[in-house]
Amino acid sequence: MTRTVEPPAPAPAPAPTAPRPRLMKGNEAMADAAIEAGCDAYFGYPITPQAELLERMAKRMPELGRTFVQAESEIGAINMALGAAATGRKVLVSTSSPGMSLMAEAVSYMAGSELPMVLVNVMRGGPGLGSIGPAQSDYFQATKGHGHGDYRVPVLAPSSIAEAVALMADAFELASRYRTPVLLLADGIMGQAMEPVAPVFRTPQWDSAAWELTGAAGRLPRVVKSLHLLPEDLEIHNRHLQAKYAAIAEHESRWAGEELEDAELVVVAYGTAARVARTAIERARAGGLKTGLFRPVTLWPFPSRALAEATAHARAVLVLELSAGQMVEDVRLALDRTPVFFHGRTGGMVPTPTDVVDRLRVAWALTARLP
Amino acid sequence: MTIREPAAPAQPNVGDGAVGDGPASAAPPARGRILYQRPTLLTERATHYCPGCGHGIIHRLIAELLEELHLAEQTIGVASVGCSVFAYDYLGVDFVESPHGRAPAVATGVRRARPEAFVFTYQGDGDLAAIGTAEIVHAAARGERISVVFVNNGIYGMTGGQMAPTTLLGQRTTSSPQGRDPGLAGYPIPITEMLAILPGVTYAARGSIAEPALIGKTKAMLKRSFETQLAGGGFSIVEVLSTCPVGWGMTPIEAMRHVAEDVPSVYPLGVLVDRRAAPGPAVNATATGG
Repeated sequence: MTRTVEPPAPAPAPAPTAPRPRLMKGNEAMADAAIEAGCDAYFGYPITPQAELLERMAKRMPELGRTFVQAESEIGAINMALGAAATGRKVLVSTSSPGMSLMAEAVSYMAGSELPMVLVNVMRGGPGLGSIGPAQSDYFQATKGHGHGDYRVPVLAPSSIAEAVALMADAFELASRYRTPVLLLADGIMGQAMEPVAPVFRTPQWDSAAWELTGAAGRLPRVVKSLHLLPEDLEIHNRHLQAKYAAIAEHESRWAGEELEDAELVVVAYGTAARVARTAIERARAGGLKTGLFRPVTLWPFPSRALAEATAHARAVLVLELSAGQMVEDVRLALDRTPVFFHGRTGGMVPTPTDVVDRLRVAWALTARLP
Repeated sequence: MTIREPAAPAQPNVGDGAVGDGPASAAPPARGRILYQRPTLLTERATHYCPGCGHGIIHRLIAELLEELHLAEQTIGVASVGCSVFAYDYLGVDFVESPHGRAPAVATGVRRARPEAFVFTYQGDGDLAAIGTAEIVHAAARGERISVVFVNNGIYGMTGGQMAPTTLLGQRTTSSPQGRDPGLAGYPIPITEMLAILPGVTYAARGSIAEPALIGKTKAMLKRSFETQLAGGGFSIVEVLSTCPVGWGMTPIEAMRHVAEDVPSVYPLGVLVDRRAAPGPAVNATATGG
């Protein structure tokens, strides 16, 4: 692509990592972002709607002399990730909902073994084989623990492809800083949609020298493990993990707000649902309803305190999800007095802005203060 | 059990060194040669294994070979779930612990991430031949450059002696109290033979710890497997027929007799394939002799 006419007054030179906007598919953009973040190894298994991420890595990783393996199953992929992560490499794994269920066991092992990794779940409709349509019905699974045991995993939920690119670098950074798996939770629309993006790639710091397995040359042998057979030992280890999770909860919760200043109604939504909400809010405001958007970016840690503050003067809150109602439980836990309404579609169906405006009107009417 | 003299002393300070603190090159104090000692890579911890268990012997063979082949500083072992998960407490090399059955996938990740490492898995038959069949078959199919040490004692030892896919027909276990009935529980699975037919498998063999001579042969098999990896060959596996006296309800001596006399009729000893020596299809173990 060539430009024949240059702008008369050139803008300040863009950073070398900020190219011109180009049309990118979510799955491919996430793959590119992982590569730019320094991902050394990718392991995956084909599943709709994330297959393009695997395909992109299949093409690009060998070109860069990095590791790509298409595993025999999601179980194989995540355990390969465990092995590569134990050697200190930056590892990415991607899948969709049914595959995430299969990976849950090893995520628990990795949390227990304190291994960093970035995991992408491009959610589809469930339960079971469900559908290949977009969904947000893995919120419980993502935020309340995938596998067994007392552990947590930071969950980042992008709402645009540009944000997915930025969060991929953040995910690697969090994984390294806290020695933990980090989950990037997208949905079928985030994975499949194309939009113009000027991706801002970033290569975060990574430090694994203190614990990685490389062969015990010039040092004592190391063991990466999650087994602590003595209850006393395991409880000490679990307290250490819990202290880490407390630090993550304290420092890493993120959210974004839009038009909250005067909002009497607040829609709480993440990912694709937040984009539907944005359109609905525009229409609601045009119709006289002062409505704002509270969008959690980290689903765990959930930005409870920020939500309570942002809705302190709101008359009602409407939670919008591509599920039968999962995040709404965390919203209700975060809010003492504000009435919480819910609207969701499931199975791959997406709520329309019209539906949302109707629900906002109902919420407005039901919370009318009596004279 | 007779005490074997160490093989040809390749390193001056292993097996042939003088007794005492002085370096091997110092004037020999003529107090005799060391015939048998703890390999330096076998830690001094007392193992948790039961009397008569074979893991101690097999751990020792691995420690001897890692030492003889100078692999201590480049080895990453993959421990699996079962009694031998604690192999990392007894072998002084880097180790990662795998979920049950997934050791070949974990080893694949280690191998791809660290091409310069020497990578081996240590797996029991419940781990490798039951829950981990997909992982072992596909690591073999990919020809992953790893060495698999497969300890087959025909039972789930750690959980209390339940039937495994490798359990012999008629064998009583806590989950086949009337004896393994093929009508209910199928037949013993000769998984090393199944793997040997795959072109990605460079070396597959089955040894035993039943007798000193067989232990020596098993060590030679393990050495061939390790050297196959070091030479850039593909996947290799050495199955080792071993004991579980407690799970089998036998004394250690009865258990050793059982693995010497009864088990090899179902799991014949020998080299199943060595594609470095002779490219081509796998051979029947019995044809090559035990």
